[in-house]
Amino acid sequence: MSTAALLGQDPGWLILVKGLLIFVFCVVCTLMAVWGERRIVARMQMRLGPNRVGKFGLLQALADGVKLALKEDLIPAAADKVVFIIAPIISATTCFMAFAVIPFTGTVTLFGHKTAMQLTDLPVSVLYILAIASIGVYGIVLAGWSSGSTYPLLGGLRSSAQVISYEVAMGLSLVAVFIYSGSMSTSEIVAAQHKWWFSVILFPSFVIYVISMVGETNRAPFDLAEAEGELVGGFHTEYSSLKFALFFLAEYVNIVAVSALATTLFMGGYHALPGLTFTEGWLGGWFTLFWFIAKVVSFFFLFVWLRGTLPRLRYDQFMKFGWKVLIPTSLVWILILATLRVMSQRAVSRIIVMGFSVGVVLLVVLITTMYDRTTAKAKAAAVLPDLPLPSFPIPALPGQLTVNHLTIDQTQVVTELENHNG
Amino acid sequence: MADEAKSFSQQLLGFWVTFATMFKKVNTVQYPEVKEPTAERFHGRHQLNRYEDGLEKCIGCELCAWACPADAIYVEGADNTEEERFSPGERFGQVYQINYLRCVFCGLCIEACPTRALTMTNEYELADDERSKLIFEKDDLLAPLRQGMIAPPHPMYPDSSHLNYYKGEITGSHPSQAKEEQK
Repeated sequence: MSTAALLGQDPGWLILVKGLLIFVFCVVCTLMAVWGERRIVARMQMRLGPNRVGKFGLLQALADGVKLALKEDLIPAAADKVVFIIAPIISATTCFMAFAVIPFTGTVTLFGHKTAMQLTDLPVSVLYILAIASIGVYGIVLAGWSSGSTYPLLGGLRSSAQVISYEVAMGLSLVAVFIYSGSMSTSEIVAAQHKWWFSVILFPSFVIYVISMVGETNRAPFDLAEAEGELVGGFHTEYSSLKFALFFLAEYVNIVAVSALATTLFMGGYHALPGLTFTEGWLGGWFTLFWFIAKVVSFFFLFVWLRGTLPRLRYDQFMKFGWKVLIPTSLVWILILATLRVMSQRAVSRIIVMGFSVGVVLLVVLITTMYDRTTAKAKAAAVLPDLPLPSFPIPALPGQLTVNHLTIDQTQVVTELENHNG
Repeated sequence: MADEAKSFSQQLLGFWVTFATMFKKVNTVQYPEVKEPTAERFHGRHQLNRYEDGLEKCIGCELCAWACPADAIYVEGADNTEEERFSPGERFGQVYQINYLRCVFCGLCIEACPTRALTMTNEYELADDERSKLIFEKDDLLAPLRQGMIAPPHPMYPDSSHLNYYKGEITGSHPSQAKEEQK
């Protein structure tokens, strides 16, 4: 029986229970994620991190939450009140909704019902996730706009531009998954990976997805929306108390959501690691939840590792990378992949497939060498032409050591002064 | 292409640095529970020292107060009398205050002190919740009485002058220095 059919038999109360469980899972994940991130980053900097509240400091995030709730809730006088209040709510609600279609386990028995730990399964689940993520951007834009001050506006614009541009790359990387699995339903994509994970056979897509998921969640090294040195706190500068807590929650739930999506689409979802498939029957199928969480946690570790290692990108570098590298690369990769897929479906002879692949590789090598040569030539030819010198002092151009034109003609100055003094 | 590959591999090396650092010994000291000793000559709280028989070394000259760049020291000297003697010689410090809200722990007062009365300890826990508590009085600063010391006021060592004290010739107290009730 397919997962969709299995989920169709769920009674209403079971759906409610699942919804609650998913909500609790997300909130607990956030609490653990905040603590885990601080501990791991601290270790990477040879510190200990929070270890005071509760055992190993596990309750640190909870204590922070309580502290935030007890803080004064400020609404700036220049803010658009209604939108200012709605914005964090949009952010915090949409981030949870992506989890509705994430399959946590395979078939399990919950309260005597045979079901799967997945709230629902749509034929277009992944598109649904992309759509929800786009709605989440509204929270950021509106927060930035409604704050009625400059830094939040700039930060909001930056993050929305960032999320939208990287969503294009992300969507394109997912196309490869759709082509290969022949479905947009998350459970069917997981099922399609029973032999090979898509992170192996669609490795370029996987790399692009991982990069764009970091950009999509506004995380380091792509956290320019919250670049403290430039923008104070970005879109949430004016937010305090529980409203700020909602943005904070949304950020971490989003991280878990994109990690869960990466797990589902590229890492075989809840299936065990290769060679350990015998564990999938343990605890009546519940043990697969462990594999799912383990994979999500390793993605989360990647997020933290990136944050601990890489410096923040400049905004123009970031946009250039997204639009000029990630998107064209994924487009070309999809073209190649689609061709190969059609070839294999039409049962084209192996020689032609091999020839096509070799041709593509040769073409890539050719293009890169040509690119290298032209850039080298351009570098060599980059000798500044003789320009008429301006009458005012200008800063030295890159590579120009002495600023010759700044030497002022002394005699001219003297005569000019004399003329001026009469 | 080779340059790009090289720079990329160097960036991957950066990932290894952070990963390996996770397993290194952390620098954090669990402060209130674990206290690491300071450097030997750390500038901490001041101390007003005594001679071996218990008399105070401070002569109330105020040189420390004059040397202080932060104006943190206040001294009022007074005359010793034969009945009530706190230090050898003519004068003693009657009032001695150090304001730790002003002190910058530079140690110029220690350099200025002519009798080595004022020195610094390694004690650094000088936080409090009230301004007045951080103005240390003479009682807070005086060194504790060690074995063989007698609490002043009491007379100088028999058959000695202040010069014997300054030369460091007094190595302990004499029974005749103690008050009647202490005998």
